[in-house]
Amino acid sequence: MAVSVPWRRDHAATAAGSGQVAPRAREDWRGRLFRRAVTGVVIALALVWLVPVAWTLDTSVKSENATIIIPATWNIPQFTFGSYSAVFSATALGRWYLNSAIVSVIATAATVITASMAGYALSRHRFRGKTLVYGCILAGIMIPPQALIIPLFRELQAVGAIDTYWAVILPQVPTPIAVFIFKKFFDGVPVELEQAARVDGASWWASYLRIAFPLSRSAVAAVSIFTFVWSWNNFLWPFLSATSTSMMTIPAGIGTVVSGVGIMNALQMASAVLASLPLVLVFLLGQRQIVEGVAGTGLK
Amino acid sequence: MTGAAASVGQPVAARDGRRRRLRRGDLSGMGFLAPFLVFYALFLIVPLIYEIVMSFFHTSLVLPGLGGFAGLGNYREVFGDARFWQAVWHTIWFTIVSTPPLVVLPLFFAIVVNRLSHGQWFFRLAFFLPYILPSAVISLIWVWLYEPGYGLVDGALSALGLGAPAWLSSPDVALYSIVIVTVWWTIGFNFVLYLAGLQDIPRDLYAAAALDGASQWQQTWRVTLPMLGRTTTLVAVLQVIASLKLFDQVYLMTAGGPNYSTRSAIEYIYDTGFTSQRIGYASAAAFVLFVIIAVVSFGWLLIVRQQEKGV
Repeated sequence: MAVSVPWRRDHAATAAGSGQVAPRAREDWRGRLFRRAVTGVVIALALVWLVPVAWTLDTSVKSENATIIIPATWNIPQFTFGSYSAVFSATALGRWYLNSAIVSVIATAATVITASMAGYALSRHRFRGKTLVYGCILAGIMIPPQALIIPLFRELQAVGAIDTYWAVILPQVPTPIAVFIFKKFFDGVPVELEQAARVDGASWWASYLRIAFPLSRSAVAAVSIFTFVWSWNNFLWPFLSATSTSMMTIPAGIGTVVSGVGIMNALQMASAVLASLPLVLVFLLGQRQIVEGVAGTGLK
Repeated sequence: MTGAAASVGQPVAARDGRRRRLRRGDLSGMGFLAPFLVFYALFLIVPLIYEIVMSFFHTSLVLPGLGGFAGLGNYREVFGDARFWQAVWHTIWFTIVSTPPLVVLPLFFAIVVNRLSHGQWFFRLAFFLPYILPSAVISLIWVWLYEPGYGLVDGALSALGLGAPAWLSSPDVALYSIVIVTVWWTIGFNFVLYLAGLQDIPRDLYAAAALDGASQWQQTWRVTLPMLGRTTTLVAVLQVIASLKLFDQVYLMTAGGPNYSTRSAIEYIYDTGFTSQRIGYASAAAFVLFVIIAVVSFGWLLIVRQQEKGV
């Protein structure tokens, strides 16, 4: 996924050497003031961006009565974790966690395995019709899955799979963009190692499994994190295909909490926090891969 | 053995062994592709064909089989259906209003943050964190923020002595409220794309510009912005394609209301298919939308190709 930029090398070399001190020295006081002011604006906006998150945390530890004070205040008269335990008794959140974990882990594993194998074949094998197959897969990137919900539902209904894990998981597996990412990655890996192995009699499967796949760790990491986050967050399809409360994933389940009745502001915010926790964890642990992954999909 | 080695990514030289080798390559190549292609066929291609077929029939959600043949009837109805085009218009209007801030704001943020020597992690956290949260959580948070009277937004405005509109319950305002939420939610993705684009601008260019006496301001206008042209196109087109698929946050926050003023195209398909149970007709509407999105995506590919040739 690394983009080959012809000037990268000299750029790194000169950046290390000269640095960018020269342009700054030229700046007069007005320029400096302007730059500070602009930076200040961006810092302020970044803080504004965090306000909804802070307000969510704040509300989640209020008592329900404290949430209906006008005007809204940040004070927490009675700091309480009551809403967090209430979420588990009022909703099936525990079950939704389990469902989300099952769905996302299986969907991610299946996506990574199938897409990496396909990307490997498209990069390494020569066979008739390869260009055609690759073209078809690339065209699939343009298919919006949201426009296919009706035939998908009908198809899975016909085999009696609606409201099972199969119905929620399987349609999430084919991800053409992941094939593209893996193919690009394998294209950039030198084939000599595999050639040597194949001369020694290793099968295609062995050279893929022992050499190519282990080498593609960074692509695997990026695709896994992306697929996992996307699958964990996916709303529309799980919402349609899991009809009973006990089969819902977190987004679909939380969707039912949105339209709940009565004063449950604190409870809703507590459920928002709980639903987001695994993702925040993934984000903090895999921030670099996520950021590189975004850049990779972008600069293809 | 040498034959097998030669077929690993190398042009094949020997002619006589070629056919057999190709066949072997065919088999193992297709073997590696098969698992993906099975999923691809079952859950993208078959539904797509099925959708096209259904769009020519009076298929019902609650009845088995395709139902009576409709010919082009469904399509004629779709093209004359004011509610469908109203929903398409909401989607397009949403795209028109949300794309400029989602292209320009992160560009500005990225240019400023990229100059900072430390603390970049804080901005990545602030701007990117919302992006990884599920739409259902985003909707929960913002329905509460927009809550009339008790909500933080109304509280902040009244503290400033300003009145607040009925964010989600006024047909004139609701779509814009959803634009605000979407900007907040998805800006981080574009921000990171821009940061990556900025990393690829060679420092020499700045040094050269500084030697020629260009001020910081001129460097930004004459070096940074032109060099980010490709990234900006990419961000804009990805943004348009994503906006055309608008559904989650609208459905969860307003359910398309008040008075259908926020209903998006995908939601119209959902409503006709799953509430009115007319899936033949909904399939025709979905296919029209599918074609619109495919045309836009294809236009994107052409633009990217063009730019790659230019650079």
